[in-house]
Amino acid sequence: MTAPILEIRGLRKSFGHVEVLRGIDLAVSPQELVFIIGPSGSGKSTLLRCCNRLEEPSAGTIFIDGVNLLDRRTDINAMRRQIGMVFQSFNLYPHLTALSNVSLALRKVVRKSRAEAETLALAALARVGLREKAKSYPSELSGGQQQRVAIARALALEPTIMLFDEPTSALDPELVGSVLGVMRELKQDGMTMLVVSHEMRFARDAADRVIFMDHGAVVEEAPPAEIFASPREARTRAFIAELTR
Amino acid sequence: MDAWSRFLDTFFKPDLIRHYLPSIAIGTLTTIEIGMAIVVTGIALGLVLAVVRTFRILPINVILVACVDIMRALPPIVLVLLVYFGLPNIGVNVPSFAVLWIVLSLVLAAFAEEILWAGILSIPKGQWETARSTGFGFFSTLIYIVLPQAMRLTVPPLTNRTLAITKNTALGTAIGVPEILNQATTGQSFSGNATPLMMGAIAYVILFIPVVGLGRFLETRFRWSRA
Repeated sequence: MTAPILEIRGLRKSFGHVEVLRGIDLAVSPQELVFIIGPSGSGKSTLLRCCNRLEEPSAGTIFIDGVNLLDRRTDINAMRRQIGMVFQSFNLYPHLTALSNVSLALRKVVRKSRAEAETLALAALARVGLREKAKSYPSELSGGQQQRVAIARALALEPTIMLFDEPTSALDPELVGSVLGVMRELKQDGMTMLVVSHEMRFARDAADRVIFMDHGAVVEEAPPAEIFASPREARTRAFIAELTR
Repeated sequence: MDAWSRFLDTFFKPDLIRHYLPSIAIGTLTTIEIGMAIVVTGIALGLVLAVVRTFRILPINVILVACVDIMRALPPIVLVLLVYFGLPNIGVNVPSFAVLWIVLSLVLAAFAEEILWAGILSIPKGQWETARSTGFGFFSTLIYIVLPQAMRLTVPPLTNRTLAITKNTALGTAIGVPEILNQATTGQSFSGNATPLMMGAIAYVILFIPVVGLGRFLETRFRWSRA
């Protein structure tokens, strides 16, 4: 078996006295799409945000592609380029065009020339089907287009894993499909992905594994067909019944 | 003499206009020079202070905020007089031009720091997080993502404050800086007529109306509609 791209062991995170993550173990293999579901407040987003240290874990270890993310000697800024992150609220830079949103880190972090950065950025925009929107500002794009630009922005850095934090939760229902379509293509292209989302249909079609979290712990994990059809745990069953009602 | 000609004779006397035009022109140049110097150093210093404040080093920020608040609380004329008439007593002689420039730069810096700091705070946390997640460090996130947005947001208040403070170059008249008002009051004392003062007023209008227009232009030029 190949070594995992992401390996989390005994991860804990507390905010003050509140323990949000209580010992998470999780491994994501290359090209695997792991889907995290769970009620709000279960710690899914915090788990994801620990994976690129937007939140500082309180205990445990996280390895990305064999590198200890929590080691003080690890260059976190260099590591973060390898870990693409897509947020619920898109967070495009409003003062920059779609092209500049995607090329900024290539130019200023990776230090590529403007021409080279823009070529790569255009290729990334093409991958999400928005090459013709390169010159548009975020305010001129629909929510679905903004989220796809945000995906392109992360993709352009050629990450080894992509983290999606409820990527479609802020979208109008008719725009969800375009974003999920892009994610499905990424999966087909072999991207390793960790997705927090409530899109159960997408989980059923595209996920390799579904993880159900509650109260800061993994309650159950199984392939999607299994977990949706016959969840073992009562809490999982109740949550899935609630969602698919 | 009817009221109209008395009015003209008081405020727009032709031979006085001709006589005092050169000195008002010199005053205008002096005001432009000091004004531009104040804008450049004041805003640059304000920007540096706002950036320093983002590092949130407690002792530094306590001192910084205290200084800024003092500068904002004191009427600029008090500072101008204090520095100009006070410092020579301890053997430091600063030319009046420099006193005006330094004092008003510090006052503008204090206000600019507050305005820019508010602008920086108004940028959503998600912008910081996104930039950090693509590998930007703290300082480059500030430089490439946060400040460009904060500065655009703060163009209107910054323009207003800059105008208010550069107009204070008129305080130079109290310490003998040969700016517009100084030239005008000198002319008024010698001629016993308000025409030089009126000329000074017109000079200020001619000088500052374009600045107001520039502010308006920058405001629309750098605006982006927010989704």
